[in-house]
Amino acid sequence: MATYNLDVTKEHCPMTFVKTKIELNKLQKGDVLNVRVTEGEPLENIPKSAVEQGFTVLSVEPTEVQGIYSIRIEK
Amino acid sequence: MNFTEDQVNRYSRHILLQDVGVEGQERISSGKVLVVGAGGLGSPVAFYLAAAGVGTIGLIDGDVVDLSNLQRQIIHFTADVGKPKVISAKEKINQLNPDVEVVTYQALLTAENAQEVIKDYDFVVDGTDNFPVKFLINDACVITGKPFSHGGILRFEGQTLTYLPGAPCYRCLFHAPPPPNAVPTCSQAGVLGAIAGMLGTIQAAEALKYLTGVGELLTGKLLSFNAKTMTFRAINTKRSEHCPVCGKNPTVTKLIDYEQAVCDISDRRKT
Repeated sequence: MATYNLDVTKEHCPMTFVKTKIELNKLQKGDVLNVRVTEGEPLENIPKSAVEQGFTVLSVEPTEVQGIYSIRIEK
Repeated sequence: MNFTEDQVNRYSRHILLQDVGVEGQERISSGKVLVVGAGGLGSPVAFYLAAAGVGTIGLIDGDVVDLSNLQRQIIHFTADVGKPKVISAKEKINQLNPDVEVVTYQALLTAENAQEVIKDYDFVVDGTDNFPVKFLINDACVITGKPFSHGGILRFEGQTLTYLPGAPCYRCLFHAPPPPNAVPTCSQAGVLGAIAGMLGTIQAAEALKYLTGVGELLTGKLLSFNAKTMTFRAINTKRSEHCPVCGKNPTVTKLIDYEQAVCDISDRRKT
């Protein structure tokens, strides 16, 4: 069970989720993807979209940087 | 297949679709589709398949662009008048999406070349304007087990079906071409330009559904519409045991070049 990291803080909707989806598709069962996102649209929508596509959102937490959050998604 | 940053961006709206995703786009990008006829139907078909990133698009058409084509054949521009249609179409596809390899055949599809031309493709789209070649495509695809989309338009109406090996074919429904004198002549047979787009985009969607395996094809169905009332109707079809090509005792065992209506021959460029 591995953990991977992805930063989509420079992307805009819907590329934030496109990039996330591509990385999610590479996961094996039990693997976790840590996605760094900006607050606002990606913070609201990426967890929802991940759940819709059958993944589990483990946590959504602020990072050390103001306005940037980390979403942990498990396959 | 590893998509580049630009490709991820270009195909992002496919990748977002749950049913398509990266895998579906990979199947599209490695798919090979032959479009027979680069005219009214072939234009939107080729355009959307190119936009979708279909890996190889084959175009076969022996005509050159005529001014009267431009009312519906949207892949050709005014400056293309006089240019072979397959070249004109290839130029637009290359501009739209350089990922796509375009193979051109500046020829008519005939009983002699049909099997050789279609054999390298995953899916064939009938975008022709005449019955002899529609039957030829059906027979060639049935005999070689090749999936294809039939499409036809006239005036305000269109019809389409998708053939897969084992499913009802075009001949199960329409046994043979109508006699040449029963086909409307050029002066009788206008067509509303936009219905070429209506039907061609349905055919393009069927080709993309076939490549990705998404959804249910128009197999075992005949979809027809009338743009005057804007009504669509899908009827279920069945294989005919008397079908001349896929029935119990087929009489069509090799390909046939049927006679064209005189008007079709003398005035091909206007059709």
